[in-house]
Amino acid sequence: MTNEVQVPELGAIALARYLWRELTSMRTALVLLLLLALAAIPGSLIPQNSQNPMAVADYFNQHKELAIWFDRLSLFDVYSSPWFSAIYILLFLSLIGCVLPRSIEHFRAARALPPKTPKNLARLENFETWSSTGSELAVAKNWFKSNHFRLLEDETSISAEKGSLRETGNLLFHISLILILIGVLIGGLFGVRGSAIVNQGDRFVNNVTSYDTITFGRINNEKSLPPFTITVDKFVAKYNTLTGSPEDYTLFVTTVAEPGAQPKKQVVKVNSPLTFGSTRVYLQANGYSPIVTVQDKKGDVTFQGPVPFLPQDGNLRSIGAIKVPDGDPQLGFVSSFVPTYARSADQGAISVFPELLDPKLLFSVWQGDLGLDSGKPQSVYRIDTTKMKQIALSSLKPGEYLNFSEGTITFEGVVPWVNLQFASDPGKRFSLIGGIVAILGLLASLFTRRRRIWIRVEDGEVQVASLAKNGAPGLATEMAEFVSNLKGI
Amino acid sequence: MSAQDWAYLSNYSIYSAMVLFTLAFFGHAYETAWAVRTPIASDERHGNLIAKTLDNSRTQKAMRIATAMMILGFAFLFFGVIARGISAGRVPWGNMYEFSITGALAFTGAYLFALRKYDLRWLGVLVSFSVLITLGTAITLLYRPSAPLVPALKSTWLVIHVSAAIISGGVFLLANVIAASYLYLDSMENKGPRKAWAQRLPSLEVLDQLSYRLVAFVFPLWTFAVIAGAIWAESAWGRYWGWDPKETWAFITWVAYAAYLHARVTVGWRGRRAAWLCLLAGSTFLFNYVYVNVWGTGKHTYSGL
Repeated sequence: MTNEVQVPELGAIALARYLWRELTSMRTALVLLLLLALAAIPGSLIPQNSQNPMAVADYFNQHKELAIWFDRLSLFDVYSSPWFSAIYILLFLSLIGCVLPRSIEHFRAARALPPKTPKNLARLENFETWSSTGSELAVAKNWFKSNHFRLLEDETSISAEKGSLRETGNLLFHISLILILIGVLIGGLFGVRGSAIVNQGDRFVNNVTSYDTITFGRINNEKSLPPFTITVDKFVAKYNTLTGSPEDYTLFVTTVAEPGAQPKKQVVKVNSPLTFGSTRVYLQANGYSPIVTVQDKKGDVTFQGPVPFLPQDGNLRSIGAIKVPDGDPQLGFVSSFVPTYARSADQGAISVFPELLDPKLLFSVWQGDLGLDSGKPQSVYRIDTTKMKQIALSSLKPGEYLNFSEGTITFEGVVPWVNLQFASDPGKRFSLIGGIVAILGLLASLFTRRRRIWIRVEDGEVQVASLAKNGAPGLATEMAEFVSNLKGI
Repeated sequence: MSAQDWAYLSNYSIYSAMVLFTLAFFGHAYETAWAVRTPIASDERHGNLIAKTLDNSRTQKAMRIATAMMILGFAFLFFGVIARGISAGRVPWGNMYEFSITGALAFTGAYLFALRKYDLRWLGVLVSFSVLITLGTAITLLYRPSAPLVPALKSTWLVIHVSAAIISGGVFLLANVIAASYLYLDSMENKGPRKAWAQRLPSLEVLDQLSYRLVAFVFPLWTFAVIAGAIWAESAWGRYWGWDPKETWAFITWVAYAAYLHARVTVGWRGRRAAWLCLLAGSTFLFNYVYVNVWGTGKHTYSGL
């Protein structure tokens, strides 16, 4: 009876053992490595939700059938897909299963003494023999010691070994990869990423509603946001006068680290972010916000303020939408803005320089239903005009206004906006340490040679020989040095 | 001298370097072809020397001249890269044209450096040809006027990250050329003895070892280039890794070379299989450079190209 019960259990254990051995074999690791490289490819060719959700949406519009299948196969989220995760989790299991036993073994072996001197040295590499003068063993011992060999002595011979750093480095390298992965996991659990467009002159208060987009790690939530504020005092962009390409961006801000703290004037540049504890704030993008005032037929103000427009090219021709939902009927201004106006025959209004040399706001006026109540998410830069009708078309310079059948729009002026990127990643420290240790371990493991050298003095005859464990060159030279030292040359 | 003068000077030196590399190419082509001694009629009558043989003595001079041209070309190219940097007031690694000329410099440099220790002149034809192709594409298709950097590139990490990546690329490319030579010679040897012109090329074992050594030597540097890039990305974009296409392909290259090293060291791959894997890994690097820069999207596409 008991036997019958035990057989399937043993089978399961045996199977598990078998699978574990297979998983931790080098061949499997190699296949997994190549598979990981292969699996990373589609993410660089197909637009990814994590980087460019707009491009994914475009893909859905253009190739509907294909996009649905891509979506089912997680091809728009390759790096968080089940199959990609499966490969790297298996790879890391395989790595741990390989590295852990080897580390224990290496730790033991590193303190163990080198093996005894073999009986027949003549069969080994770099064998040499000559007649003894009597002091060779002592000289050899000194030489080994000053060159940091580990030694095992007996009356007639010394066995010396060096280069265990190779395996140490190799193991450190692999362990540090695990540390990098831990850093990534911590970032995924506790990290916060967000972005917000802030107009020059406005204040950003760090709470969830201030963000345009924000994603939390799996464990934390909005309570983990530190209570700082950032006021955008001034944004300065310098452009090359010949080519119009940007040369420098500088953002001047006033920050308050927490309520009641002393306000601080600070400068942000593209490669030098602001830091609040573990949260860093980056200057990511910039553009222009035309300031407009919209009045209804009675003269009441229905909309007022700067509206961020989305740049379309290097000279900051921008598109945008001014939505006035509080009027009756609702109004929408499908607009574009050019900082330095010019006309081209085929494209209409274009911008020829990114600075505000001759700014112009061009727009068409629509009335009807903006569709804001439909519940469908809308782009802030575009207007769905399917339920609207066009009632006017115009362009304005700063200070000018337009009267149309439903009211007035005044183009008051322009302020720049900046896109601030907020990131808090408590795991990055681990990844950084992992990265540094990985390189050091790699250097140690690729450039250390593990080798053994033996010397025996018996019957008035000196015998020396050596063995390279990793076939790396240089042992012959080292032996020549050793021998000439012994011979006192 | 004005920035404009330096820019012209840079262009002229690069044109001159191209002329010198062309001469080096012809020199090497000549010595490769003319070193083969075709049996003449009188030899055949006596029944010996039926096969073609290799006789280097006649082409020693051509070989030396070709190497001299290569060194001179390197010097001009070096000056061209420096002058480009001076004209732009920064390190000359701001766009694809500048990456290409610096990459060609690193590649020639690696070859000339290796020449001090190994007689690699059999590679001269291939090296001078690849350099010419690289410089030719750079001058014709990728050329951009010398200009200051876009703000995103203004960082010390540009020097660290890009130099490490360019040097790794040059060495990976050299390892690839050698692995390809291995495959070619191997299939030649499978059909019979080596042809006369190929006799002075090193043995298959040497080629096999050499491409492995180059990869093992430069793999830590590539690892460093990727990590330095991650550190820079953290300070510029707020994340150290974002699966941007460039990052993804750098990762793929890293993983492919890691697989290559494991295959050799732990599993014991040698010869054809190892050479193919080496070529595969190297081609992911090239793909990254060409495809992602030219057709790709993402954060590594700056200033046109």
